[in-house]
Amino acid sequence: MKGRFLPVLPLLTLAVMLGPVVAGLWGTLLPAFGHLPAAGEFGPSLAPFQALGDWPGLPRAVGLSLTTGIGATVIALVIVALLTAGWSGTKPFRALERALSPLLSVPHAAAAFGLAFLIAPSGWVSRLLSPGVTGWERPPDLLIVQDQWGLAMMAGLVVKEVPFLLLMTLSALGQTDAQRSQAVAAALGYGRVTGWLKTVFPRVYAQIRLPVYVVLAYAMSVVDVAVILGPNTPPPLSVQIVKWMSDPDLAMRLQAAAAALLQLALVIAALIAWRMGEALVARLGKRWIMAGGRGRVDRAVAVTALAFGTTSALAVLMGLAVLAVWSFAGFWGFPDALPDTATLKNWMRHGPSAAGALWETALIAVTVTAAALILTLGCLEAEYRHNLSVSQRGMWLLYLPLLVPQTAFLPGLQSLLLSVGADVGIWPVMAAHLVFVLPYVFLSLADPFRAWDARVGTVAAALGASPDGVLWRVRVPMLVRPILTATAVGIAVSVGQYLPTLLIGGGRVSTLTTEAVALASGGDRRAIGVYGLLQTGAALLPFAVALAVPALLWRNRKGLRYA
Amino acid sequence: MPKGLTLDQVVITKNGAPLVALDRHIAPGEVLTVMGPSGVGKSTLLSVVTGTLASDFRATGRVVLDGQDITHLPPHQRMVGILFQDDLLFPHLSVGANLAFGLRTGGTRTDRRAKVEAALSEVGLDGFFDRDPATLSGGQKARVALMRMLLSNPCALLLDEAFSRLDTARRAQTRSLVFDRARALDLPVLMVTHDAEDAAAAGGEIVTLG
Repeated sequence: MKGRFLPVLPLLTLAVMLGPVVAGLWGTLLPAFGHLPAAGEFGPSLAPFQALGDWPGLPRAVGLSLTTGIGATVIALVIVALLTAGWSGTKPFRALERALSPLLSVPHAAAAFGLAFLIAPSGWVSRLLSPGVTGWERPPDLLIVQDQWGLAMMAGLVVKEVPFLLLMTLSALGQTDAQRSQAVAAALGYGRVTGWLKTVFPRVYAQIRLPVYVVLAYAMSVVDVAVILGPNTPPPLSVQIVKWMSDPDLAMRLQAAAAALLQLALVIAALIAWRMGEALVARLGKRWIMAGGRGRVDRAVAVTALAFGTTSALAVLMGLAVLAVWSFAGFWGFPDALPDTATLKNWMRHGPSAAGALWETALIAVTVTAAALILTLGCLEAEYRHNLSVSQRGMWLLYLPLLVPQTAFLPGLQSLLLSVGADVGIWPVMAAHLVFVLPYVFLSLADPFRAWDARVGTVAAALGASPDGVLWRVRVPMLVRPILTATAVGIAVSVGQYLPTLLIGGGRVSTLTTEAVALASGGDRRAIGVYGLLQTGAALLPFAVALAVPALLWRNRKGLRYA
Repeated sequence: MPKGLTLDQVVITKNGAPLVALDRHIAPGEVLTVMGPSGVGKSTLLSVVTGTLASDFRATGRVVLDGQDITHLPPHQRMVGILFQDDLLFPHLSVGANLAFGLRTGGTRTDRRAKVEAALSEVGLDGFFDRDPATLSGGQKARVALMRMLLSNPCALLLDEAFSRLDTARRAQTRSLVFDRARALDLPVLMVTHDAEDAAAAGGEIVTLG
C-alpha cells in the first residue's frame, strides 16, 4: 500500500461499486424511451411504455412482484423479531445460531430447488406421508410449486431471508444493551416477548433498517427463485424482463427497458410505503406501551415463532438432503421414501459439464473476492491512517447497489456493453459480480477491522514498525479469522449470482448457478440434484476453510482462539 | 542541545476548548509524573508524544527529544517507547518473536536470537522464547512488554497507567524494575497515573491535572 495509492482507494471503490449501477440505469433509461441504435430505434418516444401497457399480463406481474416481495419481507421480519424476543440466550436459540452460517451460505437457487423437491406433490413430504396418511398411490394433481399466488415463491424467499435478518439482528443486539433492558422489563412484570418488543426492538430495528430494505428490494425483483418456485403465466415482472431481454428480436429490449424502469419505480414506491408503515407501527407501538399490558399470550407467541423458525431452517437443510438423495438416485417410484438403488451414474453423466461450470464459477468467485478484499482493506486502512470517518450517507452508498433492483440496471448495463462491443468474455461478468460482492465483503470486515485495539498499533509503531509494517505484520495476522470469513462471504455471494452472469455474460458464461436454474424448466431432478449440491458445496467450502485455517494457524495461540 | 524530553508549551484543545497545557523538560534518568482523575486528558498528552493524537483533538507547541524536534515525525520514527496498562503483547507471535519485533534490525539470526534470550533471562524468564504470550501470568507479561520496548532502543519512556492492572505485590516489583532500568539507561520518563503510590515510587516532580 504505497502512500500515494492508498488515499485514492475509497474513491476507486465507490467508482467500481456504483459506476456499473449508474451506467446501467442510464442504459435502461435510453431504450425505455425508444432510443436503441443497435436495434435501429431512435427516440425519444413513449412507444415502449405503450407496448408494455398493452401486455395483458402486466397487472398480474406487477401484483405478484408487490405481494411476494412485501409478503416475504414482512413474514421473515416477524419471524426473526418474535424468535429473538422469545428465545435469545436460550438453548434452542443457540442451536439456530449455529445453523446460521451454513443456512446463509446456501445459494438462493439451491434452497429454492430443495424446497420445491420437498413440497411438490411428488416431493419428499408427500412421499413420507403416502400412502399411510394421505392414501395417495400416485402424486396428487395439485399445483403446489409455481402456484399462481406466488406462495411457494414467498416461502422460498422467507427461508433464505430469515437467516440473513437473524444475523443482522444478532450483530445489532450486541450494541443495544438488550439483556439489561429485558431484565428490567421482566422485573416490572413484562413477559419475555412483550418486554423485548417494547424495550429492545425499537433500537434493534433502527440498526437493521437498511438490511430490511435490502431484503424488500431483493424479494420484489428476484429472478432465480421466481423461475424455480414462482408462477409462469404470467410470471412476476422481473422474470418477464429477463424473458424479453433474451428475445432474439432486439426490439423487445425496448419493452424490457420500460419494464425495468417500472420495476425500479415499484421498488422505490414500496420502500416509501414501508417507511410510512414504520411510522404507523411506531405510533401503534407507543400506544401499546402506554397501555402497559404485560403480555398474557407471550408463551404461545414464542412457541409459534420457534416452530416457524425451526421449520424455516429445516426446510433449507432437508431441501439440501433431498437434493443429495436425488443426485444419487436410481429408480425412485412414488410413494417410496427413498430410491430403490443408489448410483453414481448421475454424477458420471453430469460430472464433466458440471466440472467446467465449477471451474468457471470458482475463477469468477475467487478473482472477484480477491479484488473486493483488496479494495475493502485499502478503504479501511485509509480510514484508519487518515482519520476518515464514514457518515450515515456513506453507509447508504454502500447499500445502494443492494437496494437498486438487479433487473432495473443490469439490462441497461448489458445494452451499453453491447453498444460499445465490450460484451464479451468473463471480465464484464466479474465486474458485475464485484458490484454485489463488494458491499457484503465490506460489511463483513468493517466491524472487526475497526474494533481492533488501536493501542496495539501505537505499540508496534513505538517499536519502530512503519505503517505498512503495522498493517501486514500485526493487524492482518491478528484479523486472519474475520478476513477469511469476509472472503467466504464474498465467494458465497458470487457463487449465488444468477442475473449478472446470465445477462452480462450474454449466455456465454455458464456457472453452476446459471446451469442449475436453466435446468428448472426441464425438471430432470437428478441433474438438478448434482448441480444444486455442487453449487452449495462451492459456497459452503470457503466457510469451512475460514474456520479451519485460523484454528490450525493459531493452534498454539490462546489469545486468538476466540478472537 | 540538552539531552532529555522537552514538552515545549504543549497545549491540547478539544473542539476549541483547552484540555491540557504542559511546559516541562524531563532530564535523562528523571521521571515526571502527571496525575489526575480519568478523563482529564492524561493519555491524550502521551498520544501527542507518540504522534497518535486522535483527530478530534488539536495540539500546539513542540515535542523535543534529545535536541531533535519530533513534533511532526511519524510515530515509528520517534524512538519513544510506551507501556500501557494492558501488556498488548501481539497475540499471534510467540514471546520470543514479540521481543524480536522490538529489536532493531540488523545482526544474524543467531545473533538476534541470542539477544532476545539474554533479554528474557535478565528478567527471569529463561526458556520462555517459544511460549504463547496468552499463557503467561500478568507479571510475566508486563516484564515481556518492558523488555520488548527496551530492545527497540528508545530515547524516552512513556508509562500510561502501566502498573494499574497488576496486583499489589507484583506492582511494586514491576514498578521498581521499570524505574531501575530507565535510570540505568538514562531515559527520561513521562508517567501518567491516578495512583499516589506510583507517583511516590517514581520520586520525581508531580504535576496534577484537572
